[in-house]
Formats: sequence, structure tokens, C-alpha cells
Amino acid sequence: MGALDAGCRCYFGYPITPQNEIPEYLSRHLPRQGGTFIQAESEVASINMVLGASASGARVMTSSSSPGISLKQEGISYLAGSELPAVIVNMSRSSPGLGGISASQGDYWQAVKGGGHGDYRVIVLAPASVQELYTLTCQAFDYADRYRNPVMILGDAMLGQMKEPVLRQPPVNPALPGKGWAVSGKRGRAANVIKSLYLGEGELEAHIWRLEEKYDRIRQELVLYEAMDLEDAELILVAFGTAARISVSAVQAARKQGLRVGFIRPISLFPFPEAVLRNASRQTSTFLTVELNTGQMVEDVRLNVGNGARVHFYGRPCGAGSLPTPGEILERIQFLYGTAREPRQETPHGTEHERRV
Amino acid sequence: MEPNMNAVFERPKCLKDTEFHFCPGCHHGILHRLVADAIDHYALQDVTIGVASVGCSVFMYNYFDIDVVEAPHGRAPAVATGVKRVHNDKIVFSIQGDGDLAAIGTAEIIHTANRGENITIIFVNNTTYGMTGGQMAPTTLLGQVTTTSPYGRDFRQDGYPIRMAEMLATLEGAAYVCRVAVNKPANILKAKRAVREAFRMQKEQMGFSFVEILSACPTDWKMTPVDACRRIEEEMIPYFPLGVFKQRTIADHL
Repeated sequence: MGALDAGCRCYFGYPITPQNEIPEYLSRHLPRQGGTFIQAESEVASINMVLGASASGARVMTSSSSPGISLKQEGISYLAGSELPAVIVNMSRSSPGLGGISASQGDYWQAVKGGGHGDYRVIVLAPASVQELYTLTCQAFDYADRYRNPVMILGDAMLGQMKEPVLRQPPVNPALPGKGWAVSGKRGRAANVIKSLYLGEGELEAHIWRLEEKYDRIRQELVLYEAMDLEDAELILVAFGTAARISVSAVQAARKQGLRVGFIRPISLFPFPEAVLRNASRQTSTFLTVELNTGQMVEDVRLNVGNGARVHFYGRPCGAGSLPTPGEILERIQFLYGTAREPRQETPHGTEHERRV
Repeated sequence: MEPNMNAVFERPKCLKDTEFHFCPGCHHGILHRLVADAIDHYALQDVTIGVASVGCSVFMYNYFDIDVVEAPHGRAPAVATGVKRVHNDKIVFSIQGDGDLAAIGTAEIIHTANRGENITIIFVNNTTYGMTGGQMAPTTLLGQVTTTSPYGRDFRQDGYPIRMAEMLATLEGAAYVCRVAVNKPANILKAKRAVREAFRMQKEQMGFSFVEILSACPTDWKMTPVDACRRIEEEMIPYFPLGVFKQRTIADHL
């Protein structure tokens, strides 16, 4: 829905649970609006159809879930290298391998750290509600066009199957650069070439540094996050997506008990809200990161808080019946809150690393 | 130019005035010219979009003065699909080698043909991976020595050379499928007509068109250009027969 309202008229995909609602919906609605829907022969083919449509100047999207996203990584690297805008939705499921079809955040590293080959970045947005799925999808197309870069919506099976009311109000389209670079036949201008191969002396390095400058601009201009109750916090909980949704209940319950707990939810995972965490670590030195995996974003939290901070981790890597409850997280908060002023305990990770046994 | 002298032979308009990087005796130069001839013949330069595949064919944007988008290895038909679905009033084509089309990109070519995508694929069959240095391709003939079949291709180990044109001709979506060679002038003339026909099919929205061109790779075959042309005649054509395997006369949508 967000994609349609953002003017996306091309979708290429391949079926995989738990995101089939997206191609099923678009296969009904895109043709009616004069758009293109193709169920491709594979994830590999679909991401390359995305590449072709994007190179042609269209707003284009594909969607999949973890194992399918792995297959798309080749094309995502080419999109980034060729500076082509596209929106890629990952309604991630539990992995590795076939894993399971329940919610998981095990694809954080793959999404945020690259996933495919080479020196590149993908803008990654992590919604935590159906409304945000809608709004961020709309915005993703703008970001993709503004930076000529792929944007990934990183959801999970829980969000993918959730039903919630949505206010269908697309954000106002900002002024975006034109697409004079697109291929369309060279009538009236010099030929356009879209490529990622640079063999000339020094060409590739210059290209990679130019990409890096763009990523720096993205780091400065595009940080999205939600923060709550940081002013007096003695413990700050950090979580994204579905884990954040569950954690908010625990934070609110802790506040009711008089525990001064704050909350940070990164919405853009790349760019990561680095300054927000750095500033928060001046307020308190105790953090708790909650994820539906064995500890991925926690590494970025540790990188960005001050040296003296203790970053604890609570994770449930998921699989059927393995979502954490707010009560479970509240217990961790209560335990850590009690230890917040105790001397630091060194572990191999430098901080305490909690796992559910 | 002297008065009363008419040019009877020129570089096609859509080919740039630049030197090819191809090896001596390589047939890529000929088939680039054949494609350029077809584009010029139908005056398509301003409305044609090329898809550069991976292999010796990747540098098409150095030679063709047209819009080009580069595809990952084997994925040119999928990229071309994306382009054509956005620009269905434009001409979209790719030149793919045998490793690209018949190995890593087998799924893409079959399903693109089967969807009847209205694009043109020029398939360069030279029985080897040219750019990577002469490894065994799916089209490598039995007994042929390559850098990865040093004892000659053995069907017990590697199976048999694939006849792509015959295979694609079985698909309903394919409108025009043929195999030609460019090893001698008579064959080049036939090839020229075939490439024109493929572009005409696309222009008239008949569906997927495919021209397989038996080509020489003297460098990797370790032959002189003359011997390489002879090998096409004596070894390749007997296994990969020339001819038109499918030719639609009326489009499905008509």
C-alpha cells in the first residue's frame, strides 16, 4: 500500500513465507494502475529485473524473507555499485538455513553491514508497527531516489503478519533530483551508461570513495530514531523493530514501579543513531540491548556508547514459541537496575552478555 | 571527398569510431557490426537500450553509441526484462556469451524466452569462457581441450554440449530462434539477415527473438584465425546445425 502511494509501479518477486501478502496484494493492484507485476523464476532474477527497471528510471520494489534476501545480495551489491535506487523489503524469518518462519532479527548484520560483496552501504529502515511499515515504505522510495541507493525495509514475520489500523496518508513528496541518468534511448542527448565495472587506472578507487562520501552524507542527514525518558534514566534499553515493540511495555512497567529507565529505538539501522547513543551514555553508563537474535545490534551500541559504559544484552534468537514477553524483559531490567551502580564485571566481551538458558 | 564518389561501405552510425579490444581473429567485432547494421537499418539508435552481459561482451558501451546498462553474470535477460517492462516502446537487446547464457544464466534465459519478453538476445557460442582464459563452457565440444578439461571434455565427467537454440525453440514464448555462423562471407551474409530479422520481430512486437552465432576464439582455442574459422565449419556446425528453428508469423496478442 505504501509502495503504491509512493508511486511504485514495478514489482518483481518470488514467493516465500512470511511475506506472500505483499506480492499477492500487488499482483491484484499493480496491473489495474498500469503497473508491472512479475513473479520471477527466482530471487536472483527478480532483483535483476529490479535493476533493469530502476536503471530505466522507474520506482521499483521487491520483497522477500531471509533465505530469499541472501539470494538477492548479488543484485543488491550491483544496485549499490551502479548507484541505482530501489526498495527491498525483508520480512525476515528465523535462520540460518531454512530455519523457521517465525519472527527473528537475525538478519541485522546482513542488512546493515553490507550483505553482498564489496565496499557499500544500504539504507536500512526498521519499522515497529504497521503504520510505520506504511510510512517508512513511502519514505524509502524518496530516500532511494534522493541518494541513488538501495533502501531496505527490515521487518520480521511478526510485523509481516500483523493487522493494525493504518492512516493512509502518504508523506508529501519532497523535491527530488531528476533521473537524467536513466536509460531510455539516447534521443536528444549523449548516451547514458549505467555500470559498476571500472578497470581504468585509479577509476575504481575514486568511485568507491565517491560512494563513501555519499554514505557520509546519509549518516549526517538521515538518522531516524525514537527516544523516551532519557533525561533522568539510570538504565537505557535499546531495541529496534518487534523487539522494541515488546520492550516498550517492559520500560513502561518499570517506570510505574519507579525505576528510572529510558528507551532508544533506532529506526534507521543504517545510518545508526550514533550521536544519540553517545549523548545518552553521558546520562548513564548502563545499557540493555534487547534483540530477537544472539547479539548483533549490540555490537553497534557498544561501539557508540562511551568507554565506561556497560552494555548488557538480552536476546531470544527465536523460532516457534520463542518470542520474549514484556515480563521477561522487565525481570532483566529489575536485575540490572539493582546492579547499575555496582563495579563493572569483565567478561570476554568486555561487558555482561546475557543469554536465556 | 571527390565529386561523384559515393560511399558504398561505412562504419554503422551507432558504432563509435574506436578500436575494439578484442583479440585478433575474434568474431565479436563482426557480430558487433551485424547488430549495429540492424539498428541502423531500422533507424533505432535513439530508441535502443543495450544490456551489457559479463564476459568479453561487457564492453559494448565502449563501442555502441546507445544507452547501456550493465548486468551481473548471467542476468542480462532479467535486467532486459526490467528495462523492457518500463520502456515497452523501446528496443532492448543483449549480447551474451555461452558461459553467461548457457551456464550461470540458464534459468534467466529460459524463463525470459518463456514469458515471451519482446527483447532480442544475440548468443555468442564460441565453446569456451573467453574472458576468464579459456575454461570449459556448457557448449564445449566432446574431446575439446580447455584449461579446465585438460584431457578433453568427457561426457562421463561433464555431460554433453548444450544446444541452446533447439532448446529455446521448444518454448511457446519464443518468436524467432535461429543459429548462424560468421566463419565465412556467405555465412556472415546469412547472419546479417538473421540479426535484422530478430530486431524486426522485436520492432513488430512478435515476442522473444534469439540468434545464436557460432564464433571463433582463436586465442583460447590456440589456433590461427584461419584455422579457427575452419574449426567452426568442420567441428562446430556438424554438432550445432545452422538454421531457423522457430519463426512466428503472427504475434500472440494479434
